[in-house]
Amino acid sequence: MANKKVCGEITALNKLTNDIFDMTFKFPDSYSAAKEAIPGQFASLYLNDETKLLPRPISICEVLGESNSLRFVFRVVGEGTKLLSEMKVGDCFYVLAPLGNGYKDIRKGVNVLLGGGVGIPPMLELAKKINDPENTYVYLGFRSDETFLYDDFTKYANVILASDDGSIGYHGNVLQALKRDVSEKGLEPDTLYACGPIPMLKGIKEFAHEKNIKAYVSMEERMACGIGACLGCVCKTTEKDHHSHVNNTRVCADGPVFDADYIDI
Amino acid sequence: MDKVNLGVDFAGVKMKNPITVASGTFGSGMEYSEYTDLNLLGAVTTKGVSRVPWEGNPTPRVTETYGGMLNAIGLQNPGTDIFKERDIPFLQQFDTNIIVNVCGHSKEEYLEAVEALNDEPVDMFEINISCPNVKEGGITFGTVPEKIFEVTESIKKISKKPIIMKLTPNVTDIKETAKAAEAGGADALSLINTLTGMKIDVDRRKFALANKTGGLSGPAIMPVAVRMVYEVSHTVNIPVLGMGGVRNYRDALEFIMAGATMVAVGTYNFIKQDATCDIVKGLEEYLIKNNISDINELIGCVD
Repeated sequence: MANKKVCGEITALNKLTNDIFDMTFKFPDSYSAAKEAIPGQFASLYLNDETKLLPRPISICEVLGESNSLRFVFRVVGEGTKLLSEMKVGDCFYVLAPLGNGYKDIRKGVNVLLGGGVGIPPMLELAKKINDPENTYVYLGFRSDETFLYDDFTKYANVILASDDGSIGYHGNVLQALKRDVSEKGLEPDTLYACGPIPMLKGIKEFAHEKNIKAYVSMEERMACGIGACLGCVCKTTEKDHHSHVNNTRVCADGPVFDADYIDI
Repeated sequence: MDKVNLGVDFAGVKMKNPITVASGTFGSGMEYSEYTDLNLLGAVTTKGVSRVPWEGNPTPRVTETYGGMLNAIGLQNPGTDIFKERDIPFLQQFDTNIIVNVCGHSKEEYLEAVEALNDEPVDMFEINISCPNVKEGGITFGTVPEKIFEVTESIKKISKKPIIMKLTPNVTDIKETAKAAEAGGADALSLINTLTGMKIDVDRRKFALANKTGGLSGPAIMPVAVRMVYEVSHTVNIPVLGMGGVRNYRDALEFIMAGATMVAVGTYNFIKQDATCDIVKGLEEYLIKNNISDINELIGCVD
């Protein structure tokens, strides 16, 4: 029973774009969550306002072990994330972390990371963990030239930008950019790791299947408990899941990272 | 006073304290055992289990509302076979009572599930005739007194454990449905299940839940629940397990003083994983501080 939600402190909070915020959250010294977290895991952030009862599941962007902190880069999508964005350095709130499975199976060879929108942040810790800049390719998909985290990624990988409106990088989505590099530049990915909107993940799953490449996708779903008890956040699977023996697996506890073949999207 | 009694007799089952969890918010305790000590609970009430696995509803299944949440999980569960093999042995490791919540689409399915669980080492069955999120069964049984009587009577005939009928608040008069369950032979009642609600996402111009409607739970519903527990416990002669929005020991005391013998924590488990343990501790401290030797003295004390 080592796990418990704990009260920690915001040590940095910056606005990266119009609606993307960058928060560093420091845990108390007695709590080792920050050190234990792996890429692809998430945290439940509890607001100091119980009219907004449920925790906000936010992906871990970076594990800052030395300062016992986690970095969260999140988009303001509703009242809860808006409240988080309006907090100040020094403010405290409760966090339960790390949650979910994360990218446990980091493979050798050419690793290709694809992040779309707010699916980008968890890719940073993954790129860092892979720690092979030469063989790591990160595709970052934005709506426009309002980018974020670009400089952070350049330390750990070859970074390829794509934007929906063509204002920066490849004009199109990350999958189209990847396809271009595979066909025109001879890129030969061994493994794909993706986080982003469902249509993007669907496309990546199909591409990986067609090219016989291993692919992992990180799923997002509305959550309540965050620990696998309520079955609120399930996604469809191609095989029976181990928990309920139906074709619905728990995103929070069995994911959010899944082998793309296992997910029915 | 330093030694007080928290133990209660619930339809003949001795509980070390009056605190349990609301079905569906706690799984079978496995996930929560990492965060809270299940040995401290009066009972663990499991998530609803049916005879065969149920898929549940499409997502989104949950959404937050002001001071509460809506859910339309649709009773996804692995069915009694896996439940018997995995969940019951897990719970047996702990020094707590086991209440198994049972669901079905028809009277026959309830009976099949109870039969499948009858010889298991569990203490009670809670019969879910009030889930608002399944199209057949669930609430369709729970709103009509004649149907409640019929399904209760049929289950009581075959059940080897005491049965708790779980009532829905989505009725004109909960006293009538409570009386029907009692007349059918229910050993106890639990209430309230969730209130049917709806939320609309105005940005997407869509229902927030794929199921359109869902069950409202959380602190927002507590006054409704307390009122209904009061009404029911003053109408029937069987004990009541009260629930709906409990956050802390003071909330639990409201239910007890309204007439509940036991109290369940539901949605708040999501917010504070060890809320139940805090409540047990809080009840004990309250008794000591107020020089009350036995929690039973407080049941229905506000008459």
